[in-house]
Amino acid sequence: MSHITRKATRHVNQNEGLIFEKSSPGKAAWKLPPLDVPEVNPTELLGPAERKTLGTMPEVSEIEIIRHFTRLSTWNYAIDLGMYPLGSCTMKYNPRVNEVVSRLDGLANAHPYQPEKISQGALRVIKMLSDCLIEITGMDSITLQPAAGAHGELTGLLLVRAYQQSHGNPRKKILIPDSAHGTNPATAATAGYAVENLKSNAQGMVDVAALEAQMDPDVAALMLTNPNTLGIFEQEIHKIADILHSKGGLLYMDGANMNALVGKVRPGDFGVDVMHLNLHKTFSTPHGGGGPGSGPVAVKQMLEPFLPTPVLITKPDGTLGFEYQRPQSVGRVRAFYGNFGMFVRALAYILANGPDGLRQTTEDAVLNANYLRKHLARAYDLPYSTPTMHEVVFSDKLQARQGVRTMDLAKRLIDYGFHPYTTAFPLIVPGALMIEPTESESKEELDLFVEAMKAIAEEVEEDPQLVLTAPHATRVSRLDETAAARRPVLRWKPEN
Amino acid sequence: MPYPSDFKYTKEHEWIKAEGGIATLGITNYAQESLGDIVFVELPKPGAEVTKGKTFGSIESVKAVSDLYAPASGTVSEVNGELSTAPEKINKDAHSAWMIKIKLKDPGELSSLLSAADYEKFVAEEGSH
Amino acid sequence: MRYLPKSPSDREAMLQAIGARSIDDLFAPIPAEYRLNRDLKIPRQMAESEILEWFRDRSRENGDGYASFLGAGAYSHYRPVIIDALISRGEFLTAYTPYQAEISQGTLQSIFEFQTMVCELTGMEVANASMYDGSTATTEAVMMARRITGRNGVVIARSVHPEYREVLETYGHHQDLQAATVPFTHGGRLDPKELEKAVSSQTACVLIQSPNFFGTIEDVAAIAEIAHKHGAMLAVAIAEAVSLGVVEPPRQADIIALEMQSFGVPLGYGGPYCGVIATREQYVRQMPGRLVGQTTDRNGKRGFVLTLATREQHIRREKATSNICTNQALVALMANIFMTIYGKVGLRELAKQNLAKTAYAVQQFGKSANVLFAGAPRFNEFVLQTSEEPRAINGRILGHKIVGGLPLEKFYPELGNASLWCCTEMVTRSAIDTAAGVIGESERSIKAGQQEEFAQDEMPEMAP
Repeated sequence: MSHITRKATRHVNQNEGLIFEKSSPGKAAWKLPPLDVPEVNPTELLGPAERKTLGTMPEVSEIEIIRHFTRLSTWNYAIDLGMYPLGSCTMKYNPRVNEVVSRLDGLANAHPYQPEKISQGALRVIKMLSDCLIEITGMDSITLQPAAGAHGELTGLLLVRAYQQSHGNPRKKILIPDSAHGTNPATAATAGYAVENLKSNAQGMVDVAALEAQMDPDVAALMLTNPNTLGIFEQEIHKIADILHSKGGLLYMDGANMNALVGKVRPGDFGVDVMHLNLHKTFSTPHGGGGPGSGPVAVKQMLEPFLPTPVLITKPDGTLGFEYQRPQSVGRVRAFYGNFGMFVRALAYILANGPDGLRQTTEDAVLNANYLRKHLARAYDLPYSTPTMHEVVFSDKLQARQGVRTMDLAKRLIDYGFHPYTTAFPLIVPGALMIEPTESESKEELDLFVEAMKAIAEEVEEDPQLVLTAPHATRVSRLDETAAARRPVLRWKPEN
Repeated sequence: MPYPSDFKYTKEHEWIKAEGGIATLGITNYAQESLGDIVFVELPKPGAEVTKGKTFGSIESVKAVSDLYAPASGTVSEVNGELSTAPEKINKDAHSAWMIKIKLKDPGELSSLLSAADYEKFVAEEGSH
Repeated sequence: MRYLPKSPSDREAMLQAIGARSIDDLFAPIPAEYRLNRDLKIPRQMAESEILEWFRDRSRENGDGYASFLGAGAYSHYRPVIIDALISRGEFLTAYTPYQAEISQGTLQSIFEFQTMVCELTGMEVANASMYDGSTATTEAVMMARRITGRNGVVIARSVHPEYREVLETYGHHQDLQAATVPFTHGGRLDPKELEKAVSSQTACVLIQSPNFFGTIEDVAAIAEIAHKHGAMLAVAIAEAVSLGVVEPPRQADIIALEMQSFGVPLGYGGPYCGVIATREQYVRQMPGRLVGQTTDRNGKRGFVLTLATREQHIRREKATSNICTNQALVALMANIFMTIYGKVGLRELAKQNLAKTAYAVQQFGKSANVLFAGAPRFNEFVLQTSEEPRAINGRILGHKIVGGLPLEKFYPELGNASLWCCTEMVTRSAIDTAAGVIGESERSIKAGQQEEFAQDEMPEMAP
């Protein structure tokens, strides 16, 4: 390497094959207690429905399983190791008290169908979280049922549809800015709407004149992310909301970027009618390698009758329960009540912060992003001069002159001990570098990141091949994604 | 790479060659270069109808998928089976890796398409953006 | 605030470097009329010990330490301790989606192993890396069948979990899904004659669950024949994954939607759980959700990547197979470890214990009350019909710190005083005997009451 890196060094790490390669008949990691009821003969009970073999399911011992997964874990990057500058992902610290409280027996072992009489604890968690999120968003009502952000988006659009239908016409189109996350148009299509693109202006915000022109009685809603994926707050949000409302449209907000807003401003106050939240982003529940998430949907009063069934209510005797008689409800978007384990974690996060903690968190998130913006704006092209909040988008325009693109820069960043930022998104910035540090990064970690990014920019000028063939310090070098897609191998087979 | 002069071309980067009432079509070299390594092609079955200007399938690289637009209307008479197991043939030689053959509904539709020279000029302008 | 790694002097230095006078400068883009100048009305900041106390109170209010006969799509099985030990490692818990393969090989390899084991257990050729849960996986399976066949109809067995059917209805409502529901016979299985009548050339798939909501195993082969005869696909939902240890999987299915909660995932008052879709290789490009594939790096070394991403939302956008992005990766890892622990022999032994407990309960309860659907094989759930209303019986059983079976009047009112009972390996003989006692007492007193009435009616008129 041409530059000394302060954050990361090579280190001997363990190899580990597939668990099936360790399997051998007779090894076992399990032991069941003896039966306290008579044994049965499955063949007698099940007849032809009895399973004859479990094929190549593995047989291994406990220590092998511990070593297997421990070794695998050491090949992963994680928040616990360092910063993830991924835009709109909000990779913040996952507090450990969240993990402890979610494992308390009464909550962890509660069956969703157990009597309400012995579920008051769980119901109080749901109520407290609901109340806090309603206050945070400035909305009137909420459902916690959706399992993730995209699921919440679908729920939100189903609510939009039901509302519009109740006014005589579900309408046909959803307007979506060209800077939107891919789940937005995918969701609109799943909800049965046609998608119409809304241009952004030169400042990176919604082109209000274009919105005015495109807004017609066929538009059910506008799906907006605010701040948008460029990190820019829609300063004309008032006009945007008015244009929609004046023609009977609704304003949907994708809450992925709430980390710039919590405690400083409330979407319900600036005209949003329906929005989803990502508990696994703003509210610290862990990403776990890709999930679980949770995507609550908060609404203004007029959408309340359409919320998914059941809704939480307080009964006349003061106890909590679920109401199922909801004639105008859109139905259910999943079995049971939602990802309750994530409710516990998100609530623990809110309680650990309080109003002052949440506000300070948002301020630090915005401070961190602006600090990075200031320090990287010479080494990297900044396409929009508009002020940004909790995230910032650069482009690879300067580096492209040497034939180096955003993906290459990202791969080289790995050698410096960081996870890459978001590459090639949003689509309106060709060759984008989308960076969101979150409030969880210290000045020290930010300075290391700046140092790494500047060093890479220098490498692009002095030795572009080094960047083009990165990463160099990882267990595996760049993987052949073409072969993986052309001839997919999606499972292990004994003959492999 | 020269664009065969006996082909006609579209602005969506498809080529088409008519012989009597049957036309063969595929995507141009410029298209395969922009897509990168092709991993999958979705094509219609024999007997399906295609309409000029409308999509008849799609083509995928690792990171992107593009629609394929019919340069002319007709009924699919043959599909190149090789592409389902070896889509990389399109990357190797896009002008001989044909996708489908159609029985033309109206051979006159081809007259409004681009000639090889016009297409080359069009691609040169695109590339300069 | 203790999660924030900044001192006041750090903040000062950073504001200076930016050229801002105060943090308010950085929030100037927000129009003044909307900026909050008050505290959010939420509870004050709590110490860690206070947070623990708050949730311990909730845990106590939630009735800890009860034995339970509840199933119905969420099952109480033993969770080996190494599951939490391993998934709590920061490199699993706090890792992101494995888009950058070089630094996510841990997550990617474990998903590859997960996909493999799901294929082995279900008899299918490919499996994805998880969906939200069984109910949404089932819905996505039906949507997948629609895309593949180009048809709009679905024929649904009424013995499929009622909440799964509700989700399908919600998704299908505005998508022009033509749905028909087929009843079950007195044997508790899908009625094949009614099925034959309902399937047509417009049917994209037949949807069943096996073991079904009542715990009864469906005649998958016969149902598959009817579906396939009409060019329709067969989608099978499996809510109790432990059944796969001893019950033959529905190999004739075209798509299987699996709920993996039974494999080491806490009941957790309904979530997070873990759904999976498994299917035949020919349909892989129509599958929603993430897929991990094996490949090599530049030095020929084996590695794993997310693949076939062009099906997904971030590329296809409005033409995607589904809008799913975040899935259930950590929960799938729990299931992965569970399957690895029990493995080829343990999964069968575990399932056998479930069969044994259920058989004993059926025998004991059957002495006084009516166990329905005796004609067909079942796994670990059964329906009990009692003379008295189930809620009343359960109220008395609750007094023994036991939660009784799920009353079914809400979902299947035609079954009268019926309830659904589940006996996993966690249910003790003592709990079964106690519950049987309460049920027996109930039946006796109802019958005694009836006999009294009967006797009074029969009483000869006394001579004056």
